[in-house]
Amino acid sequence: MAILIDRDTRLLCQGLTGRTATYHLARMAAYGTDLVAGVVPGKGGRLHLDVPVFETVVAAKAETQANASIVFVPPRNAGAAMIEAIEAEIPVVVCVTERVPVFDMIRVKHALAGSKTRLVGPNSQGLLSPGACQVGVMTTVASRPGSVGIASRSASLTSEVMAITTKLGLGQSTTVGVGGDPVHGVSLKDAVALFLDDAATRSIVVVGEIGGAEEEELAAFVAAVRPAKPIVALVVGRHAPRDRRMGHAGAFASLATGTAIEKNRALERAGVTVARDAASVGPALMAALGRLKD
Amino acid sequence: MNLYEFQAKELISRFGIEIPRGRVAASAEDAERLARRLAFRRFAIKAQIHGGGRGAAGGIRFADTPEEARRLTADLMSRPLVTSQTRASGEKVRWVYVEEAFTIEREIYAAVVVDRARGQLALLVAAEGGEDIEEREALQPGLIKRFPLDATTSPPSGDFAGAAHAAGLAGAQAERVADLLAAMARVSSELDAMLVEVNPLALTNDGRAVALDAKLTIDDNALFRHPALSALRSQIQIEEGDPKELAADRHQLNYQKMDGDIGVVVNGAGLALATLDMLIDAGGRPANFMDIRTTATSLDIAYGIEVIVENPLTRVVLINVHGGGMQRCDDVAEGVAIALRRARRSVPLVVRFAGNNADFARVRLQGAGVAFEDAADMSDAVAKAVGIAARRTTG
Repeated sequence: MAILIDRDTRLLCQGLTGRTATYHLARMAAYGTDLVAGVVPGKGGRLHLDVPVFETVVAAKAETQANASIVFVPPRNAGAAMIEAIEAEIPVVVCVTERVPVFDMIRVKHALAGSKTRLVGPNSQGLLSPGACQVGVMTTVASRPGSVGIASRSASLTSEVMAITTKLGLGQSTTVGVGGDPVHGVSLKDAVALFLDDAATRSIVVVGEIGGAEEEELAAFVAAVRPAKPIVALVVGRHAPRDRRMGHAGAFASLATGTAIEKNRALERAGVTVARDAASVGPALMAALGRLKD
Repeated sequence: MNLYEFQAKELISRFGIEIPRGRVAASAEDAERLARRLAFRRFAIKAQIHGGGRGAAGGIRFADTPEEARRLTADLMSRPLVTSQTRASGEKVRWVYVEEAFTIEREIYAAVVVDRARGQLALLVAAEGGEDIEEREALQPGLIKRFPLDATTSPPSGDFAGAAHAAGLAGAQAERVADLLAAMARVSSELDAMLVEVNPLALTNDGRAVALDAKLTIDDNALFRHPALSALRSQIQIEEGDPKELAADRHQLNYQKMDGDIGVVVNGAGLALATLDMLIDAGGRPANFMDIRTTATSLDIAYGIEVIVENPLTRVVLINVHGGGMQRCDDVAEGVAIALRRARRSVPLVVRFAGNNADFARVRLQGAGVAFEDAADMSDAVAKAVGIAARRTTG
């Protein structure tokens, strides 16, 4: 068991024939992911990486029963590609593309509302359910099937936490990279909610960063739900250089863009175990799990 | 991309938003010449900087004559302007805006902003304006009222009239402000602006609504739709950017100089922030922030490491790399080896490699004759770097 992707995932790739997509989809297929189709307008009818390429997501889904899509479409068309997948009712859509304009994402969010799709990203490293399925560009070297669910805003720290949990002998159920853009799909809270309902996930590590309000949203959710599964959070950027903290002076502050310290405080109040730094994630997780046994 | 007041005003005026008459000046002589030509009864001389809190810091002055405009401009440009929102060293004043000063009946606050949590566009209004609006909102929550906008329609739709009423306006004045708010929403959606802030929005005795100050933040990721704004960005970067930071950006590195003595090189922004947190907690002082993007090649990385090694303040360099799917440890090792061969200065290196090809990367470094302290994990790397920096300070 895992969340969002598992052995039953049938993956299609929007933008499959591009160079980067080809490289990564070959890796995903080698990992054991069931790649069933590509969608590339103007290139329908060919075979690429041994799977058929279609003109539209609807056609690909009808022919191959694809139930997940990974979007490798350049920034200017990525928004339209995500909306196409949402309208085709693909249940899980992962967008890897960086630099998608924020107004395009507002349109994507509008299409997502009330839809049957869960969107991960954009600017996401994707999803990994170790031993079962990879829909993303992460390294899988340190991954191992197991019980820790990882929800992260940072790709590099996901690798770090993956290595830590593997070393502890716990392994991972699924890792979720929510993506680095201001407006995106699945949030840290959404990922944690999915992990709470997943039998294979017995503990959760959340990696947050300065900026935005996702950690605060997660804290409010945890405070309301009081989950039994231990949750450890690492929020980085307590000592970020000023230019990374401050954008334009003005209205952003009124929309709650918290500092790392404020985020930590909110999470701690909600009952989340806060790891002081990256090196403390392992000990914090073991302590939280130990408390559970007592 | 953050625009200056004079750039923002020029852009919003194209959408029918009234702005005071004025011109931008690049020197004191320029300001005097413009003031003479504009011939207002009274001039506002406004320092052009990105940080807010300008008025309280003395960045807005008033002149009655062109000569006075020149004197005030010379004074404003003579030193960086430090405000509550700039860094401690302040912001260089390259331009002043010479504007008609006028009497206003009252001021309100208005902004259109991308609400990232909700993934929608929002309109913010308050019945009072002024540069300390955020502090006042913090003391008195609810001062700023929020109205959702639908940015999937063109132009964006929303309750502009309701917002004008929420700002305490009625009658013809409310109608005028509602139109102005709708125009701000159009600015946002047509220019891909993540922030359009008019603060203060002045209501004059003769019934006009005028944008006294304006801030615009354009989404860098949408510049491909706006070639003119893209050109403006290059111009701003050339004027203000640190040449090394700009060059690093071309080399797929996020580099920012800091004032400590420990050079820091990390792959990935999150891991870089995590490294700085641990380093500063341990009493270290970073000389820089550097995050290697996954698109950087070994030669790009070599460029970055050379910049850090050649910084005369750097006493030790901490390299923290978690090899990923796109960038392996040996790619970084190769960059390090190239940089050290080229650099005209040598400093001790502390290296922590983990993940993809970590062992191979260490062999690569040794093979290239690079001396380094091998760190077992992040804590070890941080402790070693802080220790070396401290010894080299006292020794």
